[in-house]
Amino acid sequence: MTLSRTTIALVGFVALGAAGLATYTILGPRDPASCAQSQVAGATIGGPFTLVDETGRTVTDRDIITKPSLVYFGYTFCPDVCPTDSARNAEALDLLQSRGIDAQALFISIDPERDTVEQVAEFTDLFHPDMIGLTGSSEQVAAVSKTYKTYFAKQETGDEYYLMDHSTFTYLVLPDLGFVDFFRRDTTPETIANTVACFAEQS
Amino acid sequence: MTCKSLALAAAFTLTAGFSLAEDITVGTLVLKDPYAFETAKTARAGGAFVRIVNTGSDPDRLLDVRADYPKVQVHETIEKDGIARMQPAGEIDIPAGGMIELKPGGYHIMFMGLKGAQRFSVGETVEATLVFEQAGEVTIDFPVRKRTGGKADMGQMGTMEQGNNASN
Ligand SMILES: [Cu+2]
Repeated sequence: MTLSRTTIALVGFVALGAAGLATYTILGPRDPASCAQSQVAGATIGGPFTLVDETGRTVTDRDIITKPSLVYFGYTFCPDVCPTDSARNAEALDLLQSRGIDAQALFISIDPERDTVEQVAEFTDLFHPDMIGLTGSSEQVAAVSKTYKTYFAKQETGDEYYLMDHSTFTYLVLPDLGFVDFFRRDTTPETIANTVACFAEQS
Repeated sequence: MTCKSLALAAAFTLTAGFSLAEDITVGTLVLKDPYAFETAKTARAGGAFVRIVNTGSDPDRLLDVRADYPKVQVHETIEKDGIARMQPAGEIDIPAGGMIELKPGGYHIMFMGLKGAQRFSVGETVEATLVFEQAGEVTIDFPVRKRTGGKADMGQMGTMEQGNNASN
């Protein structure tokens, strides 16, 4: 990251009114940013959302993000990328739990047309009991995708077997700080677990 | 399969976590380590993978895959700038003396329209017929393998910046 981007990011923090995080960053016992894997430009990713959980209940981010959360956007009609990434995130959860750190994963469908409550529930159950499947109306899904600055698009095939293009980042979101870091597809479960642990041990 | 090879297969299952199928030869092609991944109970799609080695001195080509599901295609996963996309791979060249690998993050056989009891369960196999330009058709069983965590699957993934080794 260049100096100017860092400066812009810091200005952005203050300008956006993320005073709590900024104060913590400066005055805290350790700098949470030192846990981060990615070079994050600041508090412009993540935020409030409303979705539908595995029981069909409408929930908000406050209801769901009660512990460090690995947030992934995908769809269940996906035999390769989404399951691979979900298995990786599940393994990170196992590593964390073996270290006594309580964390969870969220799988947010960007294909609500096909992904019913049952679909996301069964899909996430394949990977981890602490992976929560979320879906919603197309408006709710579009809104949370926009909030997290993720991309998704339907490839029309003219049948029910259409494919979705979608972002593959996994976002680390904390109950108090919100979004703090993201992971690419090639990040290992060990690195994810270490990063989550670093943040969790400070909050 | 004899009792002895059954026992051997069981031993493999215990040690490796999945059974290793024997190589299948068709013409000059050798198909190695076919497998499919288990799916969720309600899954409507599944994927399968295999390595295809061309031991001959002439190129061949994978033209098509057929199986008893409403829609079956060979797909290629493309990753660019953190965005993943699957698309039909079309016909895939298999160079003389070379090989193609269907593997996570690259090519996969995609079975679409699974319903109810068709979910892929560990211990079962998925049957599909691969159609080659020179070697002809061969029907093989893909043993269903449990999903493992990141370590087993992520080794060859491209990074966001490169994003170009998805198909190799
Ligand atoms: Cu596919």
